[in-house]
Amino acid sequence: MTTTAPQLDKKRKKRGGILGNTGLYLAVGIAALLFLIPFYLILRNALSTDAEITGENWRLLPSFQWGNISELFDDQTVQFGRALWNSTVVAVLMTVGTLLVCSLAGYGLARIPYKHSNKVFYVVLATLMVPTAVTFVPSFVLVSSLGWVDTYRGLIIPGLFSGFTCFLFRQYFLGFPKELEEAARVDGLGYWGAYWRIVVPNSLNFFAAIATITFISGWNAFLWPLVIGQDPSSWTVQIALSSFITNQTVNFHLIFMATAVSILPLVFVFLFLQRWLVQGIAQTGIKG
Amino acid sequence: MSTTTTRGVAQPAPAKASQARPRRGLRSNATLNFWLFTGPFLIGLVIFVFVPIGWSIWLSFFDARYTVTPSNFVGFDNYRQILTNSNFPDSLLTFTIFAAFIVPTTWALSLGLALLVNQLRFMRAFFRSVFFLPTAVSYVAAALIWKMSLFTGVRFGLANTVLGWFGVDNIAYLSNPSPPWYWVVLVSLRLWIQSGFYMILFLAALQNIPAELYEAAEIDGAKRGWQTFWYITLPQLRATSTAVILLLLIAAYQAFDEFYNLITTKATWAQTPLMELYKAALGTNQDYGAGSAGAVILSLLICIVTLAQGKIMGFGRGEEAK
Repeated sequence: MTTTAPQLDKKRKKRGGILGNTGLYLAVGIAALLFLIPFYLILRNALSTDAEITGENWRLLPSFQWGNISELFDDQTVQFGRALWNSTVVAVLMTVGTLLVCSLAGYGLARIPYKHSNKVFYVVLATLMVPTAVTFVPSFVLVSSLGWVDTYRGLIIPGLFSGFTCFLFRQYFLGFPKELEEAARVDGLGYWGAYWRIVVPNSLNFFAAIATITFISGWNAFLWPLVIGQDPSSWTVQIALSSFITNQTVNFHLIFMATAVSILPLVFVFLFLQRWLVQGIAQTGIKG
Repeated sequence: MSTTTTRGVAQPAPAKASQARPRRGLRSNATLNFWLFTGPFLIGLVIFVFVPIGWSIWLSFFDARYTVTPSNFVGFDNYRQILTNSNFPDSLLTFTIFAAFIVPTTWALSLGLALLVNQLRFMRAFFRSVFFLPTAVSYVAAALIWKMSLFTGVRFGLANTVLGWFGVDNIAYLSNPSPPWYWVVLVSLRLWIQSGFYMILFLAALQNIPAELYEAAEIDGAKRGWQTFWYITLPQLRATSTAVILLLLIAAYQAFDEFYNLITTKATWAQTPLMELYKAALGTNQDYGAGSAGAVILSLLICIVTLAQGKIMGFGRGEEAK
């Protein structure tokens, strides 16, 4: 099933002729323009005045109101800085926690011999049947009786124990070269030492892929923060944005600036880590 | 999801493979280490996944308005109530309509984009990034753009501006359910966000199709283009297509974010199953019994669909589903 590089090259050259090159690039170009329209709208509106956004005639370019940025963060009614901070804390801790807990478990299930390891694995598999979003009511019942409503704990901890991420790590570690660990054991390292000194440093690509995906889904999560964040001080960026849509008490240009600011970090993460992300998705088929 | 699941089960137990090896007391140590590695995760899984599910099954048989420790056992009343009240069945209908729109369109668009990008020789990475980039955008941010700049009911929205150039009147996309223009908004939004992701899956699968197949077809006189696409590419993508369709269905089933923000829970139309649960359990009633009953029904439905589809389609057996 492996296609070697020269074969691929050949294939591509041959298939270049299906559509004429011009037609091909025209089609891709138009599709790309359509895909970029929403980004254009965010940037245009974020740097415009309200009058320009709602004006009768379409303005192609904004008047570049850079002051909108400071206006957004100075506005006390919006508290967008607070929401950004909350989202950062939640997404970062969630990523670190998920990687730690799920990778350890995945490694244990894949590589440590234990009589009942298969039974434990089936317990994990069983949780994959039902998406966590469907069970948000029971989760909320539990978290609220723990008194974790409006806290970071409530936002982060219930999301750490992803059966799916654990499963992915297990699959990955099953394919990890055994020789490396055996060498470590000859050197007298136990499972724990071999894991941290040999396995993790040699698996950084995979960790980066899972980290990117976890970070993006933590940052973009909506339903759970909506349920947990009852008080505005515990709102994440997504909840703040949502309140703008439903209340419409804030000015247009601030709303769009807030949207731009909320998307920007992710676009950077995305562009810089795309290689690992693409690899990770292709390997695992998971969704961000 | 299930693609990989089935394969995982089929793999040999790791325990057996390494029985011959242990020296230096590693074996006696293994059980302890196993629990050391998996313990934290398993404890969390029990507390935050299994306990809530068990609790909600229990709650679904009680009158649990405003309380999570009810004492009034009501049998199947919550189930009867949620199934006879038209809201919940209506939400399943909303899901069905939404899935009927979004699943085929996403499948076709992401496959189309993958086929196009796969043929590019220059700027391949650039175009792949452009189509993939929306994956990073949250449904909330996209809903905001769609509602307040792209599909506003008034003239300053881009869609109505463009229609205006052709002399078409403004369309109230979201505030008026008949005709149901809101589907255009909902479907285009989700298409924009998720197509790039599935395009990546198709691209990976396309690159795993052996070039010899195309060469052999050429020798047999097959015309490049539709013939090779129909008789080679599409059948070779069968396993990926099946997995993609299942993922799309499950995602549509859980639709909440963009519906909540575009349609809102106050509207009487286009309410998804999760929105109904949200209203039942966290709305003015705080009826955890009915909310739990709904969650149990939705979980059972999705279990059945996942299992059935896995059985029928024989997941993960296709060669290119790597």
